[in-house]
Amino acid sequence: MQNSPLLRVENLKVEFPTRRGRLVAVDDVSFDIAPGEVLGVVGESGAGKSMTGSAIIGLLEPPGRIAGGSISLDGRRIDNLPYEEMRKIRGKHIGAIFQDPLTSLNPLYSVGKQLVETIMTHSDLTPTAARERALALLREVGIPAPERRIEQYPHQFSGGMRQRVVIALALCANPRLIVADEPTTALDVSIQAQIITLLKRLCREHGTAVMLVTHDMGVIAETADRVAVMYAGRVAEIGPVRDVIKNPKHPYTIGLMGSIPRIGRDEERLTQIDGSMPRLTEIPQGCAFNPRCPLVFDRCRRERPDLIDVGPFHQVSCWKYAEGVGHA
Amino acid sequence: MADVTAPPGALRRFVDSDVFYSFRRSKVTVVAAIVTAIIVIGSMLGPWIAPHDTYDVRSLNLLDAFTPPVWSEGGNPSYLLGTDDQGRDVFSTILLGARVSLLVGFAATLFAMTLGVLLGLISGYVGGTTDAVIMRIADIKLSFPAILIALLIDGVARGIIPRDMHDDLALYVVIFAIGISNWVAYARTVRGSTLVEKNKEYVQAARIIGLHPFTIMIRHVLPNVLGPVLVIGTLGLAGAILAEATLSFLGVGVPPTRPSLGTLIRVGNNFLFSGEWWMTIFPGVMLVVLVLAVNLLGDWLRDALNPKLR
Amino acid sequence: MLKAAPSRGKFLGIDKDARPFVRVEGLSRYFDVSPPLLNRVLEGKPRQILKAVDGIDFAIGKGETFSLVGESGCGKSTVARLVVGLYRATDGSIEFDGHDFGRMTTRRAMAPIRSRIQMIFQDPYASLNPRWRVREIIAEPIRAYRLLDGDKAINARVDELLRQVRLTPADGTKFPHEFSGGQRQRISIARALASNPEFLVCDEPTSALDVSVQAQILNLMKDLQRELGLTYLFISHNLAVVYHISDRVGVMYLGRLAEVAPARTLFRQPRHPYTRMLLDTIPDMDMTGRQRNPVAGEVPSPINPPTGCSFHPRCPFANDRCKVERPEPIRRGEAFIACHGVEEGRIPDGPIGTAQAA
Repeated sequence: MQNSPLLRVENLKVEFPTRRGRLVAVDDVSFDIAPGEVLGVVGESGAGKSMTGSAIIGLLEPPGRIAGGSISLDGRRIDNLPYEEMRKIRGKHIGAIFQDPLTSLNPLYSVGKQLVETIMTHSDLTPTAARERALALLREVGIPAPERRIEQYPHQFSGGMRQRVVIALALCANPRLIVADEPTTALDVSIQAQIITLLKRLCREHGTAVMLVTHDMGVIAETADRVAVMYAGRVAEIGPVRDVIKNPKHPYTIGLMGSIPRIGRDEERLTQIDGSMPRLTEIPQGCAFNPRCPLVFDRCRRERPDLIDVGPFHQVSCWKYAEGVGHA
Repeated sequence: MADVTAPPGALRRFVDSDVFYSFRRSKVTVVAAIVTAIIVIGSMLGPWIAPHDTYDVRSLNLLDAFTPPVWSEGGNPSYLLGTDDQGRDVFSTILLGARVSLLVGFAATLFAMTLGVLLGLISGYVGGTTDAVIMRIADIKLSFPAILIALLIDGVARGIIPRDMHDDLALYVVIFAIGISNWVAYARTVRGSTLVEKNKEYVQAARIIGLHPFTIMIRHVLPNVLGPVLVIGTLGLAGAILAEATLSFLGVGVPPTRPSLGTLIRVGNNFLFSGEWWMTIFPGVMLVVLVLAVNLLGDWLRDALNPKLR
Repeated sequence: MLKAAPSRGKFLGIDKDARPFVRVEGLSRYFDVSPPLLNRVLEGKPRQILKAVDGIDFAIGKGETFSLVGESGCGKSTVARLVVGLYRATDGSIEFDGHDFGRMTTRRAMAPIRSRIQMIFQDPYASLNPRWRVREIIAEPIRAYRLLDGDKAINARVDELLRQVRLTPADGTKFPHEFSGGQRQRISIARALASNPEFLVCDEPTSALDVSVQAQILNLMKDLQRELGLTYLFISHNLAVVYHISDRVGVMYLGRLAEVAPARTLFRQPRHPYTRMLLDTIPDMDMTGRQRNPVAGEVPSPINPPTGCSFHPRCPFANDRCKVERPEPIRRGEAFIACHGVEEGRIPDGPIGTAQAA
């Protein structure tokens, strides 16, 4: 992780102006992704994880907008680019996979036409060569009989097969980074496992970095190298996936891990975090988690904590770990 | 947030709502609403605020016939917009005519709405053969122009009703004719929304506790399908006013003794080329302004209630 | 016109003489998904029958939690809707506390049973009427069954219910949209409890919720079960949730039960190849580095299910018998398995290496 990062997000802030004031959906979020690394971004609905992903690929839904901070790809700022230039980067350097494969595919064109068109936009291959490449991609993502399937339309594919096509589409231009937003949520458990295995294999083989946005800790545990846990628009904890899952530090992460039922663990009650994530209009002062935190003390209600080192590459935004202050 | 004991009242919730917010933001809509309100209130109070009682034949003075508007040469200050061939005050006839137009428009729309919503609810909720029958009737109805159906009904009614009762019943015949030719839009929309709502889990939850289907339709489904109905209703009101004007212009609408805007335009039309333009232009302008204002309101309502455009 | 396969009644997992609280036998529900008559005549298309549920047997004891688990399209939600009477069974019987609920045809006949069975739905955003205040939503079953007289008594009962699901009486005056997903699910539960039911059918009650909220709801459901002696039929696709909440589990595949066993037995020693594959798809949260073997292939269309054992096209152990003969359930200890391979003893224990390249 010493070499220069592929993606660097610094102090990113995403706002939604509404008539009842500005809502801050992503607040002062920073992280890096190294080449070939899989960063999991996990959080519950409303945590701002998808919004962070949309900001990076330049597809924030208006009226949402980037209100501060910067996003750089390979040292080049991409958060302030005009739409057309961002569109080129999106195809060539950043691929995107969404929850619902149907939103990424045009229902009116055959799968092959969409693949060939994307390949030809980002390379100078001839149509015949582009078609060969499309077939190779379909084969690579595990679609049986690609010679026949390439002529078919998205609706003729099942959900799992469609998501495979979307992955092929995202890989067309050999991007350095893929932003995958809940890629398996809409799929059945057995298909989920297939898609995760596929994504892992492809990224290893191509050296593609992945920002994997999901609410599913299981998917993160299986796939990610590092994980960022988000809460109320902020990063609560970030670190190597093993450390965060096996030895979580932030009270929220600890509660989150305890609330996941596990097979083989016979517990009468699950760990329960009382209350719910605050609405964007009601984010409390200080640490956003303080009203639900079992370890809350005075400073948490007054001051907002920054990320504090608790181990190699492992950082937590919690006052409990600040120097000198009542560590457990 | 501290005060949780008192639930916000309906008015308070309305003023706070997104719908009211989008209303205040759109100047055109506010103007349209004010214009509509002035016309509706003015015509409701017509019999009391109109300077002349044009229904009372005895008060008419034939010598005042064909007086031009006040600002023209030969205008008479007591007749603001001039008089017609009988010496009736045009301003007063417009006030009273708008009243008839609005009455027919509202009544016909309400009739079409009730019929359409009811049939749509039943069609969507019950489904099967009932649905097929109702929707085929709607299809057949749609293959005739609305005005043709209204004319047909009017003609049939004239054949059935005794001649001396024509004028008394004409108003109801027009309301029925316009209403019956406009229910399909409501029925189709409500059927569509009902099909969506009936599969929602709150309807299933009501079915589980064994409520009668009719109770579920009225108490659960109906309140949730009324949004689009309101939009069609507003746009339909403009349409119904126009339809009444058309019928009256063709001479099959309301009788000339109690003229609507359409009747006024028809009567005035005869004198348009002889130079007495005010008799037809002023009712015409009134009709255009009224229909335009109501349509603008309907357009706004459609956008405000459509979550996709918000 | 739709005739179902004869019921077998071997999956009940209880003594023949015992009278279980809920007893479902040979339950089937077919849907006619044919194209409209005109299209059939003009295009020569045949009638198409979807066998959503195809001959299912199970029993639930009083105070027990029985779960049905399976992938989408396996028919588990249809079973839930059959059991509460939202759908009419094509064949088979549903007995509730000795009454044959499935055969009752009129609303009047069903009324006394109905108040004892309630349902909790998946989507907390669709299961509450958005135009009603929470108090009215919760009071609806009380009024429908005329359980209490007078607004005062009803209001007091609603307050009690709100407290029971850890909300406050003041919440009753609000509208559903003012609540979060988890709070709405609490409201649904309060409403379901309003008629003092003994049996709750829960159709994916936590699938639409975040994990921390899911934990709250699962804890609440367990608390309520203990306090009120409730019996649950729990429908879910989430194996970890099912393991946590269930006493016994039935695994469904394409409208049939593949395996029924006590929860611990099922998860410790899965026998049916499909159960094993499902367990293999669970992400490894303990980071043991276990290599996962995803199930190859996808669930076939239930309109034209495979012949014989419907799992045979995806099963690594399938032989010719599996392709033609529908397996009958057999007993192994406390577990019931419908699999020729298990019956013939040709399926090895331990993990199955079925993974083809994903």
